[in-house]
Amino acid sequence: MPVKVMIPTPLRVYAGKKDSAEFSAATVGEALSGLTSQFAELRKHLYTEDGKLRAFVNVYLNDEDIRYLAQEKTPTKDGDTISIVPSIAGGSCDDDNRS
Amino acid sequence: MATTIQPQTAAKPATSLTNEEILRYSRHLIMPEVGMEGQLKLKNAKVLLIGTGGLGAPLGLYLAAAGIGRLGLVDFDVVDFTNLQRQVTFGTSDVGKPKSEAARARLSNLNPDIQIESFETQLTSANALELFKDFDIIVDGTDNFPTRYLVNDACILLGKPNVYGSIFRFEGQATVFGMPDGPCYRCLYPEPPPPGLVPSCAEGGVLGVLPGIVGSIQAMETIKLILGRGESLVGRLLLFDALAMKFRELKLRKNPNCPMCGPNRTIHQLIDYYEFCGVRGEEAPESNVQVPEITPRELKTRLDRGDDLFILDVREPHEFQICNLNGHLIPLGELPRRVHELDSSREIVAHCRSGKRSAEAVDFLRKAGFRKILNLKGGILAWSDEVDPSVPKY
Repeated sequence: MPVKVMIPTPLRVYAGKKDSAEFSAATVGEALSGLTSQFAELRKHLYTEDGKLRAFVNVYLNDEDIRYLAQEKTPTKDGDTISIVPSIAGGSCDDDNRS
Repeated sequence: MATTIQPQTAAKPATSLTNEEILRYSRHLIMPEVGMEGQLKLKNAKVLLIGTGGLGAPLGLYLAAAGIGRLGLVDFDVVDFTNLQRQVTFGTSDVGKPKSEAARARLSNLNPDIQIESFETQLTSANALELFKDFDIIVDGTDNFPTRYLVNDACILLGKPNVYGSIFRFEGQATVFGMPDGPCYRCLYPEPPPPGLVPSCAEGGVLGVLPGIVGSIQAMETIKLILGRGESLVGRLLLFDALAMKFRELKLRKNPNCPMCGPNRTIHQLIDYYEFCGVRGEEAPESNVQVPEITPRELKTRLDRGDDLFILDVREPHEFQICNLNGHLIPLGELPRRVHELDSSREIVAHCRSGKRSAEAVDFLRKAGFRKILNLKGGILAWSDEVDPSVPKY
């Protein structure tokens, strides 16, 4: 059974509108690279140009922040869930971000 | 472990309820978890709501109804017609009125026994500490990153809890920041997203009930903090997906290197949060591409005299259904792979809702070799204002 990656609403537009995807991966980094190879547009939203995870994107393995585990080298096992949790600011969603 | 807060008592705390209050709060009083002791805690509590919009609506209504003794409402905005779909504090007759005042009037009617203050001002680094200092709990119902960081930092500087909630389309987050042993917003998100990576209007919108649910969770957490009852969301980030109707929770840890709440703090005062977030104020982000434009009136004149113009609509299909100018629809995101649908020998006018996305489309097409292409200035909104008022604005 592979690892499931949960894709948050703001990033689904770059991921074929899917809310999750499954990958065979031994580490969190492998699962995320599976995700960004499948959905190339996601890469710039998750990683900086020098290949580091962006500071406003948090990645969780099950309910634990990978910053407090082994970052992207954190090992995964079958059935684990990886969550990408970007910061969202909305409270009333007024016109500020609309065009 | 239940977490509790100490009220900022300046005046003498209330020690009893009137008979009318006893009747009003009877469904609280007959619960042992609240009781007379808890209701008096609520009466002596002072809660400041930042934002009276989508999250602020259920927050204000439930906190006022619950008998929070002093409620502060901070909002500089005025009630807009498009707010009524979710900001249930307001009625149609409130459109055009300042939100903080309209909310104060509504909440006073709901509960005349509590003190409600409206602050019709934008929260800034210059006024935040002064506004916050008289309140026990700050509830963040704002809608932008600069204010989120400002609320967080001011709460940490003053040692006050920050009951956090945020929403996007049909997804919400809630937690409690700023408790002594708990994390702060910067522990979770050390940096804001750069403006270019914030979802644009094509992906915007919010299901009206969603802020009702997330704001109600914030109201519940606020009341639990005051009562000192139950398990607070401190150290837990609650994620809610309304479409899947699923709640999940993630562990939030205090970041030992946090520049705001860590032992080696590097931030000791409020900063310029617009600069920190790379945006300026509340004004709509200006388009950073300069492209040739046509005004709605010029376009109308040219269409009326039968000029051969190809109208390109770069909005999303669901926006096209709201209203359209009989254009050819290619959403901005699909333009690169559908460019073959366009004839570069014809004159093209691109439009969107307000002119920003279509400016990007024109810029893209010019770089792809299109020479006869113009952007409709102000988009379909300006068309409705200047040419055809029967076209609805959204």
